[in-house]
Order: sequence, then structure tokens, then C-alpha cells
Amino acid sequence: MTDEFDLTPNQLDAMREIGNIGAGNSATALSQIVNKKIDMNVPKVSIIPIEEVPELVGGPDTLIVAVFLRVYGKAPGSILFLMPKENAFYLADDLMGRPHGTTQELDEMSISAIKEVGNILSGSYLGAFSHFTNISMLPSIPSLAMDMAGAILNIVLLQLGQMGDRAMVIETKFIAEDDSINGHFFLVPDPGSLGTIVKAVGVE
Amino acid sequence: MADLIKVGMADYKVGRSPSTLISYGLGSCIGVSLYDPIKKVGGLLHIMLPDSKQARASDNPAKFADTGIPLMINDVVSLGATKARLVAKLAGGAQMFAFSNASDIMKVGNRNAETCKQILRRNGIKIVAEDTGGNYGRTVSIDLSTGSYKVKTIDRGEKNI
Repeated sequence: MTDEFDLTPNQLDAMREIGNIGAGNSATALSQIVNKKIDMNVPKVSIIPIEEVPELVGGPDTLIVAVFLRVYGKAPGSILFLMPKENAFYLADDLMGRPHGTTQELDEMSISAIKEVGNILSGSYLGAFSHFTNISMLPSIPSLAMDMAGAILNIVLLQLGQMGDRAMVIETKFIAEDDSINGHFFLVPDPGSLGTIVKAVGVE
Repeated sequence: MADLIKVGMADYKVGRSPSTLISYGLGSCIGVSLYDPIKKVGGLLHIMLPDSKQARASDNPAKFADTGIPLMINDVVSLGATKARLVAKLAGGAQMFAFSNASDIMKVGNRNAETCKQILRRNGIKIVAEDTGGNYGRTVSIDLSTGSYKVKTIDRGEKNI
């Protein structure tokens, strides 16, 4: 089988650039919501064996809060916005206009607020992505879980695991100026989608 | 101190007393353990999907219940276990995210558990304990000196099954 993961250095660069534009949009949106300066790193595009993906977020046993969305359209995939538990609590405080340290567990309001952040981030990310590739991509409604990183990533990896042994992840880190937000944003195209995206970008 | 042997996703390890085999952060995946209480040897397998025949391409048999379990049985027997004495325990198979229109892939935890049980039965292996389902992650470990299978969660404590 021809392997869609065999990308040329130029194609990898192109993926990174699209990720960059998407993430830039998302960082701006996030910064407006919490009214803070948000920094982001240059997205990392990695193609790695599926079983190594949990290591990207500190190992399968790490306690994280995750917002999960499916991406619909011609190039379906999954989006995960992951934060360490403490950061999710801070984010909830920021969103509700409370001093840091108020949130001790995620109640319905905080959950809904954090989900909405995931929603806005994904929307702005995919907006840029769609614009660049001309492939329409729409996010599903968000879902939230707080649990071990490995367990949460299972669901994304499964889809990929059915088709092959590797995954491409575009990862961006968002960091607030006061360190209160430290989130990882992942876009993981479904099997087959990567080929569609690369083709749409038109880079050899 | 006894060895702690890590089992990654889509992987399995076998060993003997006093080692402990551990696999971290199972969601919809299943941790299947095998143990021969007389020889005190056993194995732990971390599968992701039920059926290798439904997958398009994979070089890794340990990813699937139908190919991973027989493989682990063979290895445990090579270590000195008697197949007829082997007992199995399983944990995992959660549905981590609740979607109202959950697709099949979201519910794979359930199918994983069912398939594991089927394959174990087909191989004549007795299932003595099970902790599957729910919507939370688990870390599992088997102590090969006793065969005790520990299931650890974030909010729901820890138990030995």
C-alpha cells in the first residue's frame, strides 16, 4: 500500500505552516476570551508510532483534562485540547472571573466553559485550515473528560490503529503570560485524510 | 525489590515471580492477564482493537484481541506454564467520551471486552475476574508472585481483582 505518511520535507513544512496559521488564529481567540497575552510555539508535526503518542503529554498515567472534538468534512479527523488538571482549574477561574485557586473540582459550569474554549479554539483553527486548503472542515460539539492521558488518547488512536501503526499529529502549545494556561492542541487527521490535505496544499 | 515490567499500548510482556507487569492508562483498551498459579508465570497484554481482520494494515499482532491473545498464550506456555491451568483476568474497555450519537468506534471498549472473552473461551482459558466498562481510565498490573491483578483509577480508588 502507498503510505500517506511518507511526506517530503517540503510537505512536512507545508503542514507545519498550515498548523501555524490555524494555531495563530486560535491563540488570538483564546487571548480574547481570557483577556491575557497567549504565546504559542511553532507547531510540531510528528509522524510517530501510535503507542508513543501518550508520551507527548507526559506519559499515559498523567492526569489531564481533555476537550475532544471530531472534525467532519472531506478530511475528517480528531481534535484534542489537553491541559494538566491545575491549568484547567485556572482556566475555569479565568473564565468565571474568579481568583486563581477557587476551582477545586470541575462543576457543570466550569466544564461547559472549558468545552466552549475547546470549541472556539477548534473553530478558529479549522477556519484557517479550511481557508488554506480549500477543504471544508467542521468541528463536532465538544466533549470533556478528566482522566489518564493514555486512556483519553485511546479514542483518537483507535481510529488510526484500525488502518495502520503510525499517526501524524500536529501539536501546538498555548501558554498564557502568567503561566495560568498551558494547553496542548492536537489535530490528528483520520487515515486517508492526510493524503487529501497534502493533495489540496499542492506541494510536491 | 521485584522487577516492574512496563507493557506499552499494543504490546505484551510475559514473566515469572516475583516480577510485576504493569500497563498505564487504559481507556477503551483492555489489559488481559494470564497466570499459572502453580508455576507462577504469567503475562499481560494491552490490546486496542478487537479484530485484526477488520483492520486494513498492521504489522503488530499485539494490537488486536484475536491475534494478541494466542500469541501471549504461546509465550506464557514457553515460559513453563501449563495451558490448562492458566486463568485470565481483564480490565479496561471504557467509553471515555459520551456522545449522544456515539459511533461504533466510540463504543469499541465494549466490543473489545466481548471479543477478549470469546477468544479466551475459545482457547479453553478460564476467566476468573473482570473489571470492564464505565467511562474512566485504568492502570493495571499483575503481581506474578500471587497472581493478584490490581486496577487503579483516578477517582474510583484501587482494587485487586
